[in-house]
Amino acid sequence: MEFFSLTLAQAKEQLEQGNITSVQLTESILSRIAAVEPRVKAFITLDQDGALAQAEAADRQRRAGGAGELCGLPLAVKDVLCTSTMRTTCGSKILENFVPPYDATVIKKLKDAGAIIVGKLAMDEFAMGSTSENCAYNVPENPWKPGYVAGGSSGGSAVAMAADESLASLGSDTGGSIRQPASLCGVVGMKPTYGRVSRYGLVAFASSLDQVGPLTKDVRDCALMMNVISGHDQRDSTSVDTPVPDYTAALKDGLKGVRIGIPPEYFGQGLDPEVEQVVRTGIEMLREAGAEIKEVSLPHTEYCVAVYYLIAPAEASSNLSRFDGVRYGYRAGDAGSLVDMYSKTRSRGFGDEVKRRILIGTYALSAGYYDAYYKKASQVRTLIRDDFKTVFDQCDLVVSPVTPTPAWMIGEKADDPLALYLSDILTISANLAGIPGLSVPAGFSSSGLPIGMQMQAAHFNEEILLRAAWNLEQRAGIKGRRPELG
Amino acid sequence: MKITRKEVEHVARLVRLELQPEEVERMTTLLDTILSYAAKLDELDTSGVAVTTHTLGTDNVFRDDLVHEALNRELALANGPDQNGEAFVVPRIIS
Repeated sequence: MEFFSLTLAQAKEQLEQGNITSVQLTESILSRIAAVEPRVKAFITLDQDGALAQAEAADRQRRAGGAGELCGLPLAVKDVLCTSTMRTTCGSKILENFVPPYDATVIKKLKDAGAIIVGKLAMDEFAMGSTSENCAYNVPENPWKPGYVAGGSSGGSAVAMAADESLASLGSDTGGSIRQPASLCGVVGMKPTYGRVSRYGLVAFASSLDQVGPLTKDVRDCALMMNVISGHDQRDSTSVDTPVPDYTAALKDGLKGVRIGIPPEYFGQGLDPEVEQVVRTGIEMLREAGAEIKEVSLPHTEYCVAVYYLIAPAEASSNLSRFDGVRYGYRAGDAGSLVDMYSKTRSRGFGDEVKRRILIGTYALSAGYYDAYYKKASQVRTLIRDDFKTVFDQCDLVVSPVTPTPAWMIGEKADDPLALYLSDILTISANLAGIPGLSVPAGFSSSGLPIGMQMQAAHFNEEILLRAAWNLEQRAGIKGRRPELG
Repeated sequence: MKITRKEVEHVARLVRLELQPEEVERMTTLLDTILSYAAKLDELDTSGVAVTTHTLGTDNVFRDDLVHEALNRELALANGPDQNGEAFVVPRIIS
């Protein structure tokens, strides 16, 4: 077995037992990246020399004693998180040469735990998209099938897991951007509760929805990563000061006494029959594990996409006003006046989808339309949140598909933004309600594409998600299956 | 509902985006499609429903006003496309 194919927990154990060194592990990961990157294109920036230097330092640290929780383990993160030693492009030309003056809190936590950050992963520009095709650098490809989308916006983070290019990764999720690519690439992805993980140093897209979370090879690794990145941060006033449990303790065999709700609204029109079958089979496995299965209703599900595509662009249009060519990033050099400089900089620096959302968002917030669009959407958001409140009085978690279909071909939906927006219908509501959601591999389509199962729970109930996902993982019989990448 | 080119051009000016004529055309069609879809929300009676802007209902967060180390000037200026070691330099504002 090659070192790069180990899980995070396995590699940690090998390091702790002294069977391998961090340098060996990191070299194995780097050679794996060199071998498969031309096919899968997951990275925007790679720091080979830095990674090896950190690996040597980690090995010294381990010999000296006092190694951190993730000491010497090579990871990679979505290029939306600020790293002081590597440029942070956010998948945009406007930040092509931006090297942040500080580390995001989650990056600092990983580094403090001894982790090695190997590189920065591809994503849709400013996390706006569902396929990573809006990346201004390279479009990651699904490791399971050439020419197929990886999903998005954390496409690179999911690809790096499925292709064994790093031991674990981080992504961000505003409307499904961790769970959807995790599902399409056959890996585990968790969007924690809003407030569970600090967002300081996460480049903001839609501030009432954004959350940082892990993408990993299995459920145990997800729990390990959650242990490290969770917790209150004075620098993020939306982070919540509640104790962080040991998430690995939640991985217990059996689901006796656990109530699982199945919402028919998530199994409606447009759901691929193969996806439905895989998810229904998974539900049976959860029942066999001891869970009680019951039907629950989330009646406002059909309004989620409309609410999201008003609220998210509105917040984005405000957040992205900071990109003006003054303090960082690209500046148009041929402008006559200050306003001309702003306009030229933004027009050349932003891609199409970003411009589109800035325009929609500003329109929805503008005088005369605010009540009809932004306020109306924020009211319907309350109804959606209340649906979940009611449901979580009746069950402990809600199980559903993650996406209506498996991955599709690159370019297939690129000209039809609304069709693409509608593919987010099953993941958006977790962000609107602020609750945690997780995607765990459940099976494969007949053409060999992965299909994930989504689990959602009440605020700060990540443990029940991990427990249920771990039980499915033990029973689904696909754990450790990886694509053929030569 | 029909969004006009004029409205798109107005919003583009507000957000400091220069759009080519064909871009205005494309964006007008697109915005119209998306906002027409959003009109689906009108099916719901929301009179008396409170807005949600924060899902956990957290109130204002306060902290002690303490002096601590902040980003130094050199680092803060380091990414500036044009800077003179003391400030960011921009094109003339008042002519």
